[in-house]
Amino acid sequence: MTTIAANPGDLHAHDDHDADHKPGFFARWFMSTNHKDIGTLYLIFAITAGIIGGAISGLMRLELAQPGVQYLGQWATWLSGTEASWDQALHMWNVLITAHGLIMVFFMVMPAIIGGFGNWFVPLMIGAPDMAFPRMNNISFWLTVVAFIMLLGSTFVPGGSGLGAGTGWTVYAPLSTSGSPGPAVDMAIFSLHLAGAASILGAVNFITTIFNMRAPGMTLHKMPLFVWSVLVTAFLLLLALPVLAAAITMLLVDRNFGGAFFDAASGGDPILYQHLFWFFGHPEVYIMILPGFGIISQIVSTFSKKPVFGYLGMAYAMVAIGVVGFVVWAHHMFTIGMSVEMKMYFTAATMVIAVPTGIKIFSWIATMWGGSVSFKTPMVWAMGFIFMFTVGGVTGVVLANGGLDDNLHDTYYVVAHFHYVLSLGAVFSLFAGFYYWFGKMSGRHLSEALGHLHFWTFFIGVNVLFFPMHFLGNQGMPRRIPDYNGAYAYWNEVASWGYAIMGVGVIIFFVNVAYAFIGGRKAEGNYWGEGATTLEWTLSSPPPFHQFETLPVIK
Amino acid sequence: MAGANNHDYHILPPSITPLVGSLAALTMFFGMVMMFQPSHFGGYGGLVFGVGLLAVLYTFLTWWIDVVNEAHAGDHTPVVQLHMRYGMILFIASEVMFFVGWFWAWFDFSLFPAPIEVIDGATESLFGQEGADALLQWPPKGVETLAAMKLPLLNTLILLCSGTTVTWAHHALINGDREGLKKGLWVTIILGVLFTALQAVEYAEAPFTFGGLNYGSAFFMATGFHGFHVIVGTIFLAVCLFRAYKGHFTPKQHFGFEAAAWYWHFVDVVWLFLFIVVYVWGGWGAPVHG
Repeated sequence: MTTIAANPGDLHAHDDHDADHKPGFFARWFMSTNHKDIGTLYLIFAITAGIIGGAISGLMRLELAQPGVQYLGQWATWLSGTEASWDQALHMWNVLITAHGLIMVFFMVMPAIIGGFGNWFVPLMIGAPDMAFPRMNNISFWLTVVAFIMLLGSTFVPGGSGLGAGTGWTVYAPLSTSGSPGPAVDMAIFSLHLAGAASILGAVNFITTIFNMRAPGMTLHKMPLFVWSVLVTAFLLLLALPVLAAAITMLLVDRNFGGAFFDAASGGDPILYQHLFWFFGHPEVYIMILPGFGIISQIVSTFSKKPVFGYLGMAYAMVAIGVVGFVVWAHHMFTIGMSVEMKMYFTAATMVIAVPTGIKIFSWIATMWGGSVSFKTPMVWAMGFIFMFTVGGVTGVVLANGGLDDNLHDTYYVVAHFHYVLSLGAVFSLFAGFYYWFGKMSGRHLSEALGHLHFWTFFIGVNVLFFPMHFLGNQGMPRRIPDYNGAYAYWNEVASWGYAIMGVGVIIFFVNVAYAFIGGRKAEGNYWGEGATTLEWTLSSPPPFHQFETLPVIK
Repeated sequence: MAGANNHDYHILPPSITPLVGSLAALTMFFGMVMMFQPSHFGGYGGLVFGVGLLAVLYTFLTWWIDVVNEAHAGDHTPVVQLHMRYGMILFIASEVMFFVGWFWAWFDFSLFPAPIEVIDGATESLFGQEGADALLQWPPKGVETLAAMKLPLLNTLILLCSGTTVTWAHHALINGDREGLKKGLWVTIILGVLFTALQAVEYAEAPFTFGGLNYGSAFFMATGFHGFHVIVGTIFLAVCLFRAYKGHFTPKQHFGFEAAAWYWHFVDVVWLFLFIVVYVWGGWGAPVHG
């Protein structure tokens, strides 16, 4: 102490080489090779995209609040600057649902959960100083940004009946080929190419990091479950996204070079597109939820002050979900006219996934059982996740039946199902992770009171929003249509009020974040106490710019 | 560089290349959209695309120059070299899945060629009964295929041979025989160029077109993407040859060369599947051109 004070010049020289020395603003945020800064960039990007995607769903709920078409014509007129026709008004609806789906999947959930939390906490949890390929890590981020610019840009150019890509997030042919002349769909497709390239590079980075950079003594079977979940997710990304790339390249070829891949009159097969898309699309839904499973495992264990029940079973359940997830894709296509044998196979294979998923749910409950549970904000989000994801899982088992799906396909029942696993599953795990790690990332505490208020408002809001959709679907209300029979009016109005409640919850969230930065208490290294046992809690909050310059040793 | 590093990992300084590369990719793809849709964007699509493409190539160039310089600076410790091995293997795995998509289309068309099935069991297509009947077999009636046992077989032999010559170069490198390394690479590159040239001849002579029928689209996209990968692989090997003349690579450390060789074997294997599935099995029973 006295030595340092006696020679401040040495202190300064020392600082320049210190682990916490940060580059200047531009170099730090635009040229980053630091996993924590890139993680932060991803989180800011995902929150921005989430606001846009969430606002779009607000427009959708506004339009759907009562039967008839109230607002679409006005919005289409604003977008194009000229009086919109009826077709253009309806096209506006297609653009809204397409943008909402693509933004929430590719630019909100994936960047937040893999890019954000994955980047931040995989190296910290395995005791590594950074990712394996720090420069490639950065191009993954910037490619995601330019992909988003490309997608947003598509809204302002013609895409068929009106401005913007109106194909749905699935981009089915022939609506996306001969059905949508104009550059909007080309731009949306290239946006997916760019986002896909970003994710593939990210997947290579995560797999290499997890296999090669674990601290001495950290065997695969000692790895935290969040790291396991990102490992499995990265493999799904690596193997599923290239197939989507091939499929959407076929779309481009059909659109612009006279290709015949999906043109039935030339021997092409529109169903081929659906197969290729869902061969990617089904692993994609696990890509969105598996890291959430990992986050929930960490949180449940921390706040029950117990190790996760059945650790190995939990890890290999995720592996099983990943593997089986590649052979169930056609359950999204039960109504294409497939043979009964094929329906039987895809029904049975899909139901098999309920087994490892059940292992996870019951193991979380068993972790809490007999534990000393403290109901901090991340824990209530995690419990909300377990409860709501189970609801979505159960409706998933219903939809897995090829026979039942003949009735429920493309109804609001399906919309309810996948919003229960995504909006109340993946998004709950995102908020849980945010409340769990915010102090670690920023060095500031969020307010517990506002966190609980946020949880309850959001929880009630999304349930009022999405639960009535089960009823609407059972009554036969089709998805992706802006108008509906008056018989569906009641539950639609309820759902739209649910959106408003959820919106209040989101505002509370932002107030909480603002509070943390302005007046939040400083966070110590391990602010959750004895239950938090993974390596990130051995570091300061926030951790030094380069951590683990001497690798930790795991016993 | 942080002072007290007690590990062998590679902590990198900040780099502008990723941001430049992403903006380049955006420019390139947007230029392509402009080229697709000249009625909306006017005639400058080619220019925008060209600028974007050059910027993308510039990104690749500077990025890999950085990597080579870092290797010479000693940043590539054994564990970092292991990273690169993993990275390359995983990248090739993703490329394999990309080709799965194109083979999937081929098998879809060839194994399930029935166009539109109507309820009474008869088949018809939008082009009437004749068109429907033509599509009921594979290759579709009227398609003349390329003779698998002529140029495609020769190309198979050329690529297999190039697989052995690249191994010759590798063993020469491991045994410190620099001249053998250069000779092996020269022969491999020449064989690669020869393959591409023969494919160009095949394309020029092909009796079917790209559009209008599923056969042509599936054929040209599958073989075309393979051809593109051959060109990329040839360039990769040419870079290795250039580096060999510059005195790069040691018998112990030469991952750049190994990655090129792995990639070359990968395009070789894809070709074997293309030869069997597309040329031999996929053209079985159809009239042969020429």
